[in-house]
Amino acid sequence: MITLLLIFFPLAASLLLLLVKGEQVKKIALAAAVVEFAIALFAITQYQHNALTQFEINLPWIQSLGINFHVGIDGISLLMVLLTTFLVPVIILTSFKNEYKNPSAFYSLILAMQMALIGVFVSLDGFLFYVFWELALIPIYFICLLWGGEDRARITFKFFVYTLAGSLLMLAGLIYLYQHTATHTFDIAALYAAGQSMDMVHQGYVFWAMFMAFAIKMPIFPFHTWQPDTYTTSPTQGTMLLSGIMLKMGTYGVIRWLLPIAPLGVAHWGTVAIILSVTGIVYASCIAIVQKDFKRLIAYSSIAHVGLIAAGILAGNEQGVQGGMIQMLSHGVNVVGLFFIVDIIQRRTGTREIAVLGGIRNVNPQFAVLFLIVLLGSVALPLTNGFVGEFLLLNGVYQFNAWIAAFAGLSVILGAVYMLRSYQSIMLGETNALTSGFAPLSTSEKTVLIILCAAIIVFGVFPKPLLDIAAPSVKHLVESFQMAITK
Amino acid sequence: MTALILLSSLGVIALLAEIFSFKKLLYPVVLLGLITTFILNLVDWNTDHLYFGMMRYDNFAVAFSSVLIGITFLWFIMSEGFFKEETSLTDHFALILFALAGGVIMVSYTNMTMLFLGIEILSIPMYVLAGSKKEDVASNEAGFKYLIMGAFATGFLLFGITLIYGSTASFDLPTIADFVASHQGTIPTMFYVGVLLMMVGLGFKVSAVPFHFWAPDVYQGAPTPVTAFMATVVKTAAFAAFLRLFAGTFAGVGGIWTEVLCVMAALTLLTGNITAVLQSSAKRMLAYSSIAHAGYMLLALIALNQFSQSSILFYTLAYSIGSIASFGVLSAVATARGNDAVDSFNGLAKSNPLLAFAMTVAVLSLAGIPPTAGFFAKYYIFTAAFQAGYGWLVLIAILASLIGVYYYFRIIIAMYFKQGSEEKIEISFNHKLLFVITILLTIALGVMPEYIIRLL
Repeated sequence: MITLLLIFFPLAASLLLLLVKGEQVKKIALAAAVVEFAIALFAITQYQHNALTQFEINLPWIQSLGINFHVGIDGISLLMVLLTTFLVPVIILTSFKNEYKNPSAFYSLILAMQMALIGVFVSLDGFLFYVFWELALIPIYFICLLWGGEDRARITFKFFVYTLAGSLLMLAGLIYLYQHTATHTFDIAALYAAGQSMDMVHQGYVFWAMFMAFAIKMPIFPFHTWQPDTYTTSPTQGTMLLSGIMLKMGTYGVIRWLLPIAPLGVAHWGTVAIILSVTGIVYASCIAIVQKDFKRLIAYSSIAHVGLIAAGILAGNEQGVQGGMIQMLSHGVNVVGLFFIVDIIQRRTGTREIAVLGGIRNVNPQFAVLFLIVLLGSVALPLTNGFVGEFLLLNGVYQFNAWIAAFAGLSVILGAVYMLRSYQSIMLGETNALTSGFAPLSTSEKTVLIILCAAIIVFGVFPKPLLDIAAPSVKHLVESFQMAITK
Repeated sequence: MTALILLSSLGVIALLAEIFSFKKLLYPVVLLGLITTFILNLVDWNTDHLYFGMMRYDNFAVAFSSVLIGITFLWFIMSEGFFKEETSLTDHFALILFALAGGVIMVSYTNMTMLFLGIEILSIPMYVLAGSKKEDVASNEAGFKYLIMGAFATGFLLFGITLIYGSTASFDLPTIADFVASHQGTIPTMFYVGVLLMMVGLGFKVSAVPFHFWAPDVYQGAPTPVTAFMATVVKTAAFAAFLRLFAGTFAGVGGIWTEVLCVMAALTLLTGNITAVLQSSAKRMLAYSSIAHAGYMLLALIALNQFSQSSILFYTLAYSIGSIASFGVLSAVATARGNDAVDSFNGLAKSNPLLAFAMTVAVLSLAGIPPTAGFFAKYYIFTAAFQAGYGWLVLIAILASLIGVYYYFRIIIAMYFKQGSEEKIEISFNHKLLFVITILLTIALGVMPEYIIRLL
């Protein structure tokens, strides 16, 4: 029941919002998102710490084709649900200072998006997974198209076509797997069995069909070209949804679907994929260093971070996957924080250009501290949330191949370079005409940043409870993966 | 059979309206008549009647007749304006109803002569209707072109029927199927030639590449309601006829024609979608998209398995609903803003949110994005083709759908992003109702396709 509630409550709220007019919309949307978060927290209290799928619901949907409405939550799903339900209220709160035209449609789309995202993270049926996967694309497309910045029609369209191309390949892969199931069903267990029963060559086909979809979503080099433009052009909340949560659909897809379905494919082609990911880390970090636009810089840094997550997961060992899980959460929190900081700066000074800003710390030290905490989380300083995940990820990649790990490790160094340099340029130095009137933070802004900073520190100092949620499921998944490839 | 009798009578009543001057009443009478026909048609479900060896009312026939009648009903609501002109009003009613009767014959024939009659009964009214804007050169051209090309196609079809009759001495479909089954290996070449000629003839009717050249001009030139009728009812009937003949009777010689049809399907998918991208007129774009959709449906025909019938049924339904909605919006926009270019959709989301939303749902469905009916329709057809081992065709179809997104989204971008006329387009209550119905149907079919696909 909890699972159904988690999926359909945001949908109901989203439809309800369409009927509401005026100022109330924001508050109702926030209330709905908070209630959703409370439901997720309740699910955690009910959750048993083992590798089994819980809160499972399996309803017949399109029976003649073996398609069921099969949803359930295990540790991996639960963390993703937690991330989604935590970030959506935060994202809604970040918009409190913005005046959007047609707000009821805006918030309604955000909640509709939340429904699709939760659906992706709890689906245990290939067809259902695909439907939610695609469904998530429509709200975000309209959010970016209707409320985005310059040249948005072309950019969001590129984004849509890119991701749809990947999705359609995945659909082909899923249909292919479906044909190989014994009883013609999309049930996850049957798809696992069908994939694992194939030889390496055919698993390779499945691997590429599905990997393309995930790689484009994350995005992994060289499928990333839609990302910087889209992140830069989208409205802040759209960027947050894309980078904070939607990107994790790709990494989650690798863990939930790719590793178990095509273990031999991963074993054979994984090295190529990991090399692509690591290339992306170095490439995106280098480009980030020379960016003038702060929002764009963070977009590139996101490619670097997600490259490391993908490399760690594809390494297929316990540290890698566990690190990936943790880093997915941390990156979600940090990147939302960073994009919010960009938004705060832009709304006050009217620019995002790093070079023309400066000395904000002198005017607003409170903001400087909060920014610093988010930034340190993002560069993975020990005792922040970023450190735990990045350490495990590098460890996982190192076990896979030391040389690749050496290159992947550059992400930490380069990340520190571009983040600290931009902090220095924006916050420190002489206050100029642009920044001298930097207004104090409003209540809603302060609330958001303090919540995020608290999450960064608490989770950095005391990561164990969250690690424990996913640990049994991850262990089980990695063990079956290792068994399949050594067989 | 009930449906056929009722529809023909309705057509005659429409003609009598001119004489007994109850023209004003005709519109509601026809709508009521269609509802009655729809319901009485369902009574034939599971009865499987054979009428004089000519027509067979099996579930296939009933299901497709229901789709045809249902879509025509929606079409009548959409084309309200078409029946407001003073001149030749009753002709419009009668021609459409007779065309629909022809369509019903095309989905229920079991004899080659009935197939031929059905196609002609459907086509002749369409020739007239395509040219029904007498003052408009484009409309005249459309009518003329359609007639010439249609006659050509009929020639091929008749030639094919003759050759098949020559080798089997029968017009009766079961007899021909028996002949194929009992003469494996000794079937005369003449028979194969006949099959291929019939395929050409039907290929014209469903506008499959390379027999599609008539379609864009005819679709663009004809009055928009007539175009909508051609794109939905005519296409559905033609595909049902194609399916009944080839998947039923000629399945035994599938090896001969599926290969040819594979090439045709691939060409249709690519040509239709790629050419649609280049159009600036929305109407012409929808014409090419209609060609492209024929390509997807051909996949199901080629698959020749247990999914073929139900997937085409679902596809025609999803596609027709999407087309009715998109042509309905197009017609409203083109009338109010004076032309049917994609640019005339600019700013529609501001001036008419309902129209824009209905159009969005319709094109999302046509493009095949979940959770709309169009997505499941495509998915189902892909599954059918995959199952039959045509993975490469599915890949082409996937590529084609991606291209499809490109031009469908041009309309969405125009409506939601571009600045345009702020002036609100007045739409009648009936039209509002129609759009709400199409939106609901599109989503309901997409979320609960089971009810349709297990019919056949």
